[in-house]
Amino acid sequence: MPKVMCLAIPMRIASIEGDEAEAEVGGVVRRVSIALTPEAKVGEYVLLHTGYAIGVIDEAEAKETLKLLEEIASFSEIS
Amino acid sequence: MKFLDEYQNSELATKLAHRIANHTTKPIRLMEFCGGHTHAIMRHGIRQLVPETVEMRAGPGCPVCVTATIDLDKAIALAWLPNVTITTFGDMMRVPGSYSSLQQTKAEGADVRVVYSTMDAMKIARENPKKSVIFIGIGFETTAPTIAASIIKAQQGGIENFHVLSCLKLTPPVMKALLDSGEVKLDGIICPGHVSVIIGSRPYEFIPADYGVACVISGFEPIDILLCVGKLVEQIEAGQPKVEIAYRRGVKPQGNRKALELMGEVFQIDGANWRGIGIVPQSGLKINQKYEHFDAAKVFSGLLRCARNDKPVREPKGCRCGDILRGVATPFECHLFGKVCTPEKPVGPCMVSSEGACAAYYQYGSAKIFGNF
Repeated sequence: MPKVMCLAIPMRIASIEGDEAEAEVGGVVRRVSIALTPEAKVGEYVLLHTGYAIGVIDEAEAKETLKLLEEIASFSEIS
Repeated sequence: MKFLDEYQNSELATKLAHRIANHTTKPIRLMEFCGGHTHAIMRHGIRQLVPETVEMRAGPGCPVCVTATIDLDKAIALAWLPNVTITTFGDMMRVPGSYSSLQQTKAEGADVRVVYSTMDAMKIARENPKKSVIFIGIGFETTAPTIAASIIKAQQGGIENFHVLSCLKLTPPVMKALLDSGEVKLDGIICPGHVSVIIGSRPYEFIPADYGVACVISGFEPIDILLCVGKLVEQIEAGQPKVEIAYRRGVKPQGNRKALELMGEVFQIDGANWRGIGIVPQSGLKINQKYEHFDAAKVFSGLLRCARNDKPVREPKGCRCGDILRGVATPFECHLFGKVCTPEKPVGPCMVSSEGACAAYYQYGSAKIFGNF
């Protein structure tokens, strides 16, 4: 697990039990608290910070950003 | 989608950097508040990717680094009290206090344990009911709600031997203090991504409004940071500073309501002592009266005074951590950097913490900056 405290890594929620969940990234499974993200659902990605999910990643926004980046990339090829 | 690889594409990074160069007409200075950003910027060579006219300065966003020496001295004094177990994030262990470090204190026989999470500290408290288990609560708004959640959980579970020494700090008030001091002129701020997951974008709005400084919230991958720098350059060039979110997959304008609610339940705003900056009003969180039986500063106040015996606070000689945290100096301007002070034998906290500017500049900086690719 990273030592950098500001860091929060994206992990996928595999199962939920009360205010705790099993979260997975790259084959590593961790028991995490979802006390700060009670809205988190199985299959969603959360940002994990010191054992707590601090936010649910918005997949639609992520796709939107990637689309924007692709546009920037193709635009800078022309210019 | 894994939300990682997509933001680490070097071809896209080069294109974004190229775009930034095309949009820049004048020298500008940006500050990355967060130590995690400093780390990523150095690790991915972003200072070399952006044009020379874009200067990037590290700020005070390393929780270990900004912890005042006196708070570390208190933690060490608590460690020597009978039947006390200190639990702390690993980065705090090697930070020098006035006379010792937590690591040295442990080596001398005190019960000091590294934990990854407050949940681990609570587990130790549950398993050792006869000991007082004190968690050294450092961090910003990212970490504060996790500590609030643990205190509430300890309350619900009747874990009365769990305590927190709160050294928690708040981001927007210290940004205001830096801007008010006028020591370093900034055109834009790379706002911390994970602090903003919690507080949202609104608390930064006074910065463009009152100081004319651009603010963009960034994620931590290289593409995120370049996207953020691009937006900052656009705002600065247009003369229209505002708050923007360049980390939309994680940050909402309103932040995380549940986390803010738990913080409000457990903490109250108080002044905080920052290394290199001093006491900044309204820039810290202390445990409120309702939960004061979890507050190590309160529960052990008498014992703590005796244990510290009013020994004066001593700062490491020649160390410029304070100047570096205020953005007044870069690590390269410190005479100790890389010579006397290295990650193996750190003099100040900015070299100890993996988030510290000196550690990041030492680890990733010299080879590229001095042209040794």
